Amino acid sequence: MSSTPPSTNPAADVPQEQPVQTLPSRAGPPPSGPTTRRLVLGLLGAAAAWGLLYAINERLWDVLIFDAFGLDPETRLGHAVPFFLYDTAKIMLLIIGLIFAISLARSAVPPERVRELIVGRHVAVGFGLAAVFGAITPFCSCSSVPLFIGFVAAGVPLGVTLTFLITSPLINQVGVVMLAGMVGWHIAALYVLTGMTMAVIAGVLLSQFDLERWVDPFVREISVPTGVDGGKPTLADRIEAAKAETVDIVRTVWPYVLVGIGIGAGIHGWVPADFFETTGIADSVWSVPVATLAGVPLYANVAGVVPLVEAVYAKGLGLGTAMSFMMSIVALSLPAMILLKRVMKLPLLGIFVAVVTAGIMAIGFLFDVIA
Amino acid sequence: MDIKGLGPGCNNCVTLEARTREALDALGKDAPIEKVTDTADIMGYGIMSTPGLVVDGKVVISGRGPSVKQLTGMLG
Repeated sequence: MSSTPPSTNPAADVPQEQPVQTLPSRAGPPPSGPTTRRLVLGLLGAAAAWGLLYAINERLWDVLIFDAFGLDPETRLGHAVPFFLYDTAKIMLLIIGLIFAISLARSAVPPERVRELIVGRHVAVGFGLAAVFGAITPFCSCSSVPLFIGFVAAGVPLGVTLTFLITSPLINQVGVVMLAGMVGWHIAALYVLTGMTMAVIAGVLLSQFDLERWVDPFVREISVPTGVDGGKPTLADRIEAAKAETVDIVRTVWPYVLVGIGIGAGIHGWVPADFFETTGIADSVWSVPVATLAGVPLYANVAGVVPLVEAVYAKGLGLGTAMSFMMSIVALSLPAMILLKRVMKLPLLGIFVAVVTAGIMAIGFLFDVIA
Repeated sequence: MDIKGLGPGCNNCVTLEARTREALDALGKDAPIEKVTDTADIMGYGIMSTPGLVVDGKVVISGRGPSVKQLTGMLG
């Protein structure tokens, strides 16, 4: 009984301290930025507030829905509504917290630094770095082509660049965070590991062939000065950038999260539990290839797809089948192909798509076997 | 003062240009901001992430959008 107040009080106090700590630097006449200590305290306070919200999430909704609104938990609606609200709040909290943390960490290593790390190292180190960097870099139309050019023009081997280009869309931060929250942390971790491994294997395979001639020649004609980093960002800069990126991502994905979890909740409530087994889909050898190929022409936000993966997995479809569908939607899409066409000639693009498709199927079969 | 904004026209690039303009106004400087939108030209400055800002031939910002206050400090 006496253990409850001490555990909630400090956490509740920290967020209240935050404005007090940052106020003097904003209101004070000398424009000296907030000190690093204040920023770190602010971050810790935010982390504590986040942890508290995450911890009370499920109980809060139960109290609201069953006690305040009087919904009967035994009915179908009483089952679906809390599931929807609780899951949506949990996933949004995870996205906000983890995307902020990832952005903050990534801002310490700008791509220009990564390039300098890769150039002049042993090629094996290059593949590893490219996979890690690709995993933490979001794939976006604004950045993928510049990064490709920036790597190749500076002399990073094409195979290493392709490893980066495979991991970047495949290991999508929002997708991984949602997988962790909805299916399980071990599955998310395994997904990141197998995705990176597949990308390295694909990059190594691709580097065995003479593919350089299919890179658009203009890429090689650009002379790239090295040592440019655009100034070292301070902690304040990095927090600012991480905030902006988090707001940006949340603004993009929240409708997909809502729709995805809504459809997922519908599947949970209305599709029979043995649907995939009685129809024979779950046991078919063809389920992974079919799911992969079906995903290629589709282009959807990963935030809308993960809840479907979770729901059909819960209904007995192989996890690998569901995930290969998700992977081919995010990793292979027409908009991305059109962008890459600017720097790659058609044969290279074709080989790239073929290798990634094969890799996705391999991961799909693997997950179907172990899950 | 020779100022160039680097970026293919994404949201962040437009924001950076607007903030740079604000910072210049605050400093009472009237310098044109040249837009560099061609990917090859942008890469030629050695940056890999946009938006970028080049002042007198030197890259001062890449891949992030600083506040007007910070920009005022950089350009002053």
